[in-house]
Amino acid sequence: MKLTLYVWRQKSAAQEGEFRRYDMQEVSPDSSFLEVLDLLNEQLILKGEEPIEFEHDCREGICGCCSMVINGRPHGPKKLHTTCQLHMRNFEDGATVYVEPWRAAAFPVVKDLVVDRSSFDRIIQSGGYISVNTGSAPEANSVPIGKEVIDTAMDAATCIGCGACVAACPNGSAALFTAAKISHLGLLAQGQPERYDRVLRMVDQMDKELFGSCTNHGECQEACPKGISIKYISMMNRDFIRATAARVMDPKGAMKAQ
Amino acid sequence: MQFQLDAKIPSGPLDRKWSKHKFDLKLVNPANKRKYTVIVVGSGLAGAAAAASLGELGYNVRCFCYQDSPRRAHSVAAQGGINAAKNYRNDGDSVWRLFYDTIKGGDFRARESNVYRLAELSVNIIDQCVAQGVPFAREYGGLLANRSFGGAQVSRTFYARGQTGQQLLLGAYSALSRQIAQKTVSMHTATEMLDVLVVDGRARGIVVRDLRTGRISTHLGDAVVLCTGGYSNVFFLSTNAKGCNVTATWRAYRRGAGFANPCFTQIHPTCIPSSGEHQSKLTLMSESLRNDGRIWVPKQAGDKRHPSDIPESERDYYLERRYPSFGNLSPRDIASRAAKERCDAGFGVGPGGLGVYLDFADSIKRLGRKVIEERYGNLFEMYESITGEDPYTEPMRIYPAPHYTMGGLWVDYNLMTTIPGLFAAGEANFSDHGANRLGASALMQGLADGYFVVPYTIGDYLARSGPSGLGSDHAAVASLEREVGDRIKKLVSLNGNRTVDSIHRELGRLMWDKCGMSRNAAGLREALQKIPAIAERFWREVRVTGSGEELNQCVEKAGRLADFLEFAELMCIDALERNESCGGHFREEYQTPDGEALRNDNEYCYAAVWGLRGTEGGRLTHDLTKEPLTFENVHLAQRSYK
Repeated sequence: MKLTLYVWRQKSAAQEGEFRRYDMQEVSPDSSFLEVLDLLNEQLILKGEEPIEFEHDCREGICGCCSMVINGRPHGPKKLHTTCQLHMRNFEDGATVYVEPWRAAAFPVVKDLVVDRSSFDRIIQSGGYISVNTGSAPEANSVPIGKEVIDTAMDAATCIGCGACVAACPNGSAALFTAAKISHLGLLAQGQPERYDRVLRMVDQMDKELFGSCTNHGECQEACPKGISIKYISMMNRDFIRATAARVMDPKGAMKAQ
Repeated sequence: MQFQLDAKIPSGPLDRKWSKHKFDLKLVNPANKRKYTVIVVGSGLAGAAAAASLGELGYNVRCFCYQDSPRRAHSVAAQGGINAAKNYRNDGDSVWRLFYDTIKGGDFRARESNVYRLAELSVNIIDQCVAQGVPFAREYGGLLANRSFGGAQVSRTFYARGQTGQQLLLGAYSALSRQIAQKTVSMHTATEMLDVLVVDGRARGIVVRDLRTGRISTHLGDAVVLCTGGYSNVFFLSTNAKGCNVTATWRAYRRGAGFANPCFTQIHPTCIPSSGEHQSKLTLMSESLRNDGRIWVPKQAGDKRHPSDIPESERDYYLERRYPSFGNLSPRDIASRAAKERCDAGFGVGPGGLGVYLDFADSIKRLGRKVIEERYGNLFEMYESITGEDPYTEPMRIYPAPHYTMGGLWVDYNLMTTIPGLFAAGEANFSDHGANRLGASALMQGLADGYFVVPYTIGDYLARSGPSGLGSDHAAVASLEREVGDRIKKLVSLNGNRTVDSIHRELGRLMWDKCGMSRNAAGLREALQKIPAIAERFWREVRVTGSGEELNQCVEKAGRLADFLEFAELMCIDALERNESCGGHFREEYQTPDGEALRNDNEYCYAAVWGLRGTEGGRLTHDLTKEPLTFENVHLAQRSYK
């Protein structure tokens, strides 16, 4: 099949970027979207031009490296798929395809389609863990956890940290990413001791990283390749309100001196 | 280089060795720990677990990964599960049984003491992960669930849907993140190790390249742990992530580390076949599919009919035919070889005849579509999305693919390589899986090494050896940085007419044909003739664009391929030297009359440890040292699945 690609090229964060047009011939409908970029890069290299830089690694939808907006949609037209799982048979012969990086203040462009997502790591570092040192764990079956609870936690834990939620959000909010981790840990018995402290710290870090606020557009849920529900954002908000109240009130409900 | 190998296996009965050893290991005073710097390369299960645990102990840790976040290391892609001898099912499991299954599964080419320790530690891993919040599957009563896996008759595999590796890695990543926040670990993402600094026979640091800026720098440390995974990408097409490479372990080899059993590679039988030249990697379909799928090819070579038009009488269910008692559930190495045999003989299906059918029609008829959907729904979807074919209505096409490498840096019982101060953990070492790894054992080993072995044994090393004391002004530092920089400059200057990938494909095809699922002396000799020619073409014909002082994936790939080209020769040399068939290493000359692997315990019951001798006429030369394997607790038996 034939394709016309418009790919975002940007030498560095400091320089301006632009869409550049590439006409592709003889693309196999069986190839993945990243394999089309591989093919294009081979052609560019042989012409002495610089290939397009893009993040990729596992190419099976689990590492979360992919960070491309395809025709305006993070990870492209197919729901519940990452870019690396997207195959060209989902496009029409002769299609025109625009490819650009995640766009968000908290994800500055490094080069071409590569963005800096270290803000996500810092959100996890601010509290996305259960404080347990190696060797100090009790016997695994000593704390039963209901199947429904673990399944709900697992639905949240399935987040691959790609950032499509942020790219899809008109506000550039990381609410879904942050909420998924807060809910995963907050649902489990093991996560209770730090539950309210965790939500305060992670939300605080999220705000520091230039992510926008959540205004309930729901675009994040639509774009999430793992289908993570915005119900987790409600869970985060509930915990956040409780934690905030606990911070300003003593157990009897009286205001604490601030 | 010949080695005086001392595996440092503790004396005493097998089940007491590790506890005795732990007592014998020297400790570092808590106040002194922060004075030691430990460098951990890699942030997969072994690396993240080791970095987090060492940080908790109070060491000053520096952790490196080439990905943009430690959460993306390829451990994340493991699907099936993690073994542990918890015996929650009351079905007769024990540490001893897990040990025995692993030794036997490895075709008796692993060290008893290490494997026993692995089985012992398996139970602690599950405790640790649950405490971290890893959402393992549970029963309705709230207790942990288990599933069965290949090579075992007990149900001991813990899992989190089909994403066990992801959940375990996120557990280790969260522990690591906590240490990063506490500043015991400094994390260096998008940073690739390009060499190890060895001065006066001791590892004292690493030289790295910042992949975002191209800056080359040295990080000095008192000990270095390589947790850099395996080398399946020597075949170009494998189930590994695109970035997985041999560079860290190969650079260590070039500095004097022994490399053990490089020819022991695992080819997984159920992967989605390549669909053409554009193919960049292969995707695994969980082995569990073989529980309900029947594998077949047409009886007539080159039969191009649609599978549904081929009547039952014209189908060859070759696994059921050859292995009537195990049938479609034959072990990985056996099932892979049988598929290759049929395809080589011209019976393969799909593009290029490189595929066999995995057919669910019978199961769907017997159990109904709904049951199959419940069991394998997500896998069927994944298959449909990649191939565009619906496995509910037509059989899947599958083909074996390189998946895991049992070989790796030689390590002693303390997981230290032949270079003092340089450790290797996880898939990067050779220690636990012998010639074939059982399913759900890779995650177990990575975490056992990282959480529970390295934190103890590094303390012992540091207590005995003291600080490295090497300053950044030492001449060796500048000299090694210059060497690494010159290499990058040389790569950037390559201005030929071929791409790195095209040469990598050429190497991969050769390795797959001659040193893949089955090998023979003539083929290996041919590969050894051809690899240097490919390497020469690489240095003459490859084109690398851009500069070394920026994000440049072209340079990264070229550097990794250059190391694969050197490493591939050693793999073939090792395969040629091992005149027997065992586990994943099948030498066609050594088989029973009915085509099964023929081990030679009299002559080859050892780990082959290679050391770099030098360079002759531009080619590397290698020496072999043997570490004899002694089996005091298990009886060496021939595996049979008929």
